[in-house]
Amino acid sequence: MPTLVTDHWYDFRDLSNLSRVILEGIDKVAPYELAYIVAPIIGFVAAFVIFVLPSQLFVGVYGERRIIGRMQARKGPNRVGPFGLLQPVADALKLLQKEALTPTAADKTLMWAAPVFFVAPAVLLFAVIPFGPRMVFADVPAGLIFFIAVSGLPVLAAFIAGWSSNNKYSLFGAMRIVAMSISYEVPLVLVLLCVVVFTNTMSLPGIVEFQVDSNLWLIFMQPLAFVVYFIAVSAELNRTPTDIAEAESEIVAGYLTEYSGMKWGLFYGMDIGYALAAAAFASTIFLGGWSMWGLEQWVPPWLLFIAKTHLFYFVFIWTRGTLPRLRIDQLMGFAWKFLLPLAVFNLFLVSLERLWWNESDLGGGIVFIIMAINIPASAIAVYLWARFLGYKPERIPTRPRLVREAGGYVPVEDPAAGGQ
Amino acid sequence: MSEIVQSEPFVMNIGPQHPSTHGVFRVKATVDGERVVDAEMVLGYLHRSMEKLAEERTYTQNIPFTDRTDYLSSMSNNLGYCLAVEKLAGIEVPPRGQAIRVIMAELQRLASHCMGAGAFANDTGAWQTPIMWFMREREKILDIFEMTSGARLTCNYMRIGGVAFDLPDDFEEHVRALIGPLRETIADGEGLLSGNEIFLARARNVAVIPQELAVNASLSGPMLRGSGVAWDIRKADPYCGYEQYDFDIPIGYQGDAYDRFIVRLEEMRQSLRIVEQALEALPGGPHSTEVPLALRPPAGEAYARIESPRGELGYYLVSDEGPSPYRFHIRPPSLINLSVLKEMTVGGSIADAIVALGSIDIVVGEIDR
Repeated sequence: MPTLVTDHWYDFRDLSNLSRVILEGIDKVAPYELAYIVAPIIGFVAAFVIFVLPSQLFVGVYGERRIIGRMQARKGPNRVGPFGLLQPVADALKLLQKEALTPTAADKTLMWAAPVFFVAPAVLLFAVIPFGPRMVFADVPAGLIFFIAVSGLPVLAAFIAGWSSNNKYSLFGAMRIVAMSISYEVPLVLVLLCVVVFTNTMSLPGIVEFQVDSNLWLIFMQPLAFVVYFIAVSAELNRTPTDIAEAESEIVAGYLTEYSGMKWGLFYGMDIGYALAAAAFASTIFLGGWSMWGLEQWVPPWLLFIAKTHLFYFVFIWTRGTLPRLRIDQLMGFAWKFLLPLAVFNLFLVSLERLWWNESDLGGGIVFIIMAINIPASAIAVYLWARFLGYKPERIPTRPRLVREAGGYVPVEDPAAGGQ
Repeated sequence: MSEIVQSEPFVMNIGPQHPSTHGVFRVKATVDGERVVDAEMVLGYLHRSMEKLAEERTYTQNIPFTDRTDYLSSMSNNLGYCLAVEKLAGIEVPPRGQAIRVIMAELQRLASHCMGAGAFANDTGAWQTPIMWFMREREKILDIFEMTSGARLTCNYMRIGGVAFDLPDDFEEHVRALIGPLRETIADGEGLLSGNEIFLARARNVAVIPQELAVNASLSGPMLRGSGVAWDIRKADPYCGYEQYDFDIPIGYQGDAYDRFIVRLEEMRQSLRIVEQALEALPGGPHSTEVPLALRPPAGEAYARIESPRGELGYYLVSDEGPSPYRFHIRPPSLINLSVLKEMTVGGSIADAIVALGSIDIVVGEIDR
């Protein structure tokens, strides 16, 4: 692997140079310790200014509404600023002005605390994500565990929100989100365990390095893990088709029913934050992070990473714009009966392959053999398990029967053969 | 529930202000966890005493009232009421007037089913997309209503003895321009939802109404046809010359929410067929007969019924030779279709209850009147 980047501050393929140069400058004029205080702040502000904030505001709020608008045969926000680009700003200002009502019967302390609990983990999540070759804010050896642990926290905040609102709809939303999170964490963690077993590391930069070294992304090596991860994470994030905790047509707004003003705005904004974090995490783990088969030499790697993250996020928007919502029992059944066994199967398969890799002397080329095995094996596993559970793709009539004359009841001779 | 985990049912209000009650309608649902154990309807939030008010006004003055009962299908309501008065007073409608009425009633059915199918998709959680597609087509129909009658929602277009105005010159052109895109939108909605695995999981075998229950509860319209009963007033008791048009009655298989949805979509196709035929054979001549403004029908009673988008819409009128009806009664299809709500929802989950309610396609203005 050729050296990716130089150490010049003007090499924008690696923004860590810039911050290092700034830090060295501070180091010359200020006491030694100050650099250590300033470094996290600069890193964090840089990550936020470059990635999180614009993504959240202009992709999460504006882009999502705009894209869904196109899907729904309407224009979306197009009034505030050029092309409606300032709509997120206008929204935020409006939310700040609105009164944040607290019901009399609510637990006021907890109801005010819940949005804060919800925001903090969303900010933390980006700490372990590698934006570029050396651009990781905290290179934690067990970054994957950190991510799983922190991304479980908002569920607690949502539960606090639903419980403290003292509203039946909110309570339903809270119970649903807890039940769903518990169910979907299990396959989620299991497929991430597959990744850890396969790559032999828990550090996120390490996983990216693995994919760069083997010249193949993990989505090709472990397609089943990717599918399970995607479904599980969209359930965790409460996105359609699994948004049962905020199911608008059933329980009004779920755990957010009693929230208004900026208290609601924090939940809304950070929902996008979590979705972005999950998208960033998925592109790190499964889509090779900042790597793109050599293209990162020419294009800034962090730009590739942002592009991948937004591609992933677009899929979230897409499913939201098109799919109906599942019922809670169907959703739970899907997690326990379908995703969990597939995740266990994948773990078994991947562990065997890792063992074989350790023993064999095929070198780096073995990943292509593993890809050739895993893609059909995953498809076969999904198909066989569906058949085992009794799912048969029957031909359901999508057109009603047609009769010429009015009369009484027309019995169905053969439902499958009816229709047109 | 096991003996360790104790659970007790509690009452949850779905409505009167809820995104999925389609108006100011309330269900007092007793739920045990996610399961609905009892459902009680609370009606009357939109009661405007229309039947009583109508006794104080002349027969012609009552037409705007009917607009405001089922506000998603005002043309059909106008038609039903005018048919009842015509039956009472023995008034003949010229052929052109009848053909215009058929076109308008079918366009209204299309507009109403656009709303019904879209709102049902919304209730299953297909967040806004299908309803927006259908609304786009509905807007075009409402544009046609506007250019014909001057109003989009409360048209007040039918008159006793015909219709208020003749069709505008470019009417036919506009309606023909509508038919193709509407067919495409129906196919799009079908493509997005009908074969969708999640939609099937949500709508199939949910809120099943067996045919015995459907007939015994006196259901009508897509609710009845979804249960496999071939019944359509347009075929069984034709009015306005429906017998000369060629169309089919779509009927479902097992009476679940999914059947009602596909029946609605197919009815839209059949309505388009009727509109095409009626446009093709639009007769000339007057659009209305002369009827005295202060109409005093002979003493007696009359009941006229039509197939409104929601089912059998009946108007029952009693005359005492006065200028206003002695008794004015509406048989609202929504109210009677809603009567099976308890049978549909109890035993299912809350999500199923919402789907059941959406599949009835109620209009609360008509229920409460």
